[in-house]
Amino acid sequence: MSYFEFIATYLPKLLQGTVNTGLVMLGATLLAISVSLVFGLMRLSRSRVSQVLATIYIEFFRGTSLLVQLYWVYYVLPLMGVSFTAMTSGILALGLNFGAYGAEIFRGSVQAVPRAQWEAALALNMSPMLRMRRIIIPQTFPILLPPAANLTVELLKATALVALISVVDLMFVAKQINATTWMSAQAFGTALLVYYAMARFVLTPFLRWLEVLAARKMGQDQGS
Amino acid sequence: MQWRWDFTFEILPRMLWATGNTLLAALIGYAIALVVGLIFLLLQQTRFRPVNIITREIVEFIRSTPLLVQLFFVYFVAPQFGLTLSAWTSAMITIGLHFGTYMSEVYRGGLNAVPKGQWEACRALNMGPVRTYFRVILPQALPVALPGMGNYLIGIFKDTPMLATIGVAELMHTANALGAETYRYLEPYTMVGFIFLMISLPTAAGLRKLEAAVARAQGKIKR
Repeated sequence: MSYFEFIATYLPKLLQGTVNTGLVMLGATLLAISVSLVFGLMRLSRSRVSQVLATIYIEFFRGTSLLVQLYWVYYVLPLMGVSFTAMTSGILALGLNFGAYGAEIFRGSVQAVPRAQWEAALALNMSPMLRMRRIIIPQTFPILLPPAANLTVELLKATALVALISVVDLMFVAKQINATTWMSAQAFGTALLVYYAMARFVLTPFLRWLEVLAARKMGQDQGS
Repeated sequence: MQWRWDFTFEILPRMLWATGNTLLAALIGYAIALVVGLIFLLLQQTRFRPVNIITREIVEFIRSTPLLVQLFFVYFVAPQFGLTLSAWTSAMITIGLHFGTYMSEVYRGGLNAVPKGQWEACRALNMGPVRTYFRVILPQALPVALPGMGNYLIGIFKDTPMLATIGVAELMHTANALGAETYRYLEPYTMVGFIFLMISLPTAAGLRKLEAAVARAQGKIKR
């Protein structure tokens, strides 16, 4: 079987896997962003309790391995009466894990906003909420986006792990094809190429565009 | 399902034995990654431009594809070319290559942080390349590269559970086996998480101490 025949035969399956990988990626990204915002703000909070809680969360999720968390959500939580589908478990574990890393990036970027901006907002008698929303967070974007872009590519790569809890993603499809045909080079090689194309030609250009957009917005805001 | 302490202690010896394998895999993988990183770095800075460009693309490819897929690729594809690799060998090759690409970036960051004037000064003082590197450049590049190098040690450690999927008998593999034997998954999987936490937190703290010590030795006061 030539490589073209291989692709022609397995294209529908590979496409289905790619779509599922994209879905897991999307769900996990949205969850991770929310988690980073909540725990990043908690770490910045003046309340000692929320600082400690956020630190425990972040250290816990960064200190234990993602695969362990994934297995725990999928195999152990149902024993306690909480069960999710494989896809939901995958999104949950990925989102919670990467949210912990994202929280640290978000915290760092808020702290990197110049002190004078906080003082100016205070001088203008802005409420803490308004100050955060209108002054501080918009200025974190140019600082936060480059490390966040790295993390997003890491997240895409990490989605391959959900194949191990039987989500039919790209990796799962590759494993399936390998198990039935033993054409390992074609199966896993194609998966590698698709992951590479997604990271290099979809995700990275999109994130670069966001960076440019954020930089431009900042420039305009400062100008007006 | 209730937590059973008697079961926990019953499986503890096997879990600890597997922890040894996990640590061994992480350390060997790290040692290979350190060397591979250096090779990737040097291959990107040769005088022959096509070699630099091709290496750059290979590094980019390895960096943007999942370790898990690479692991399966190496483990299953090598036999197709008549080269049967054991699970351990495949695992060490894959981890070495994957994290070697990250390591080369860390090295590069460290070297780029050394001001150009330092190289020129060495040239002006007529120092040989060996002395330039060991007495002037590396002592200044190391503190910059150290945090990244430390993070990837922990990164490799936390990625070792993936090796269970091709049959390396580390922690996750043992937890899976224990679960299958006893139908109890609560204790083995929770213990794996706990053991990981107990190793990675002190290691991270130790690395921060080391970075501070190196910075102090360099005469830079941190914080």
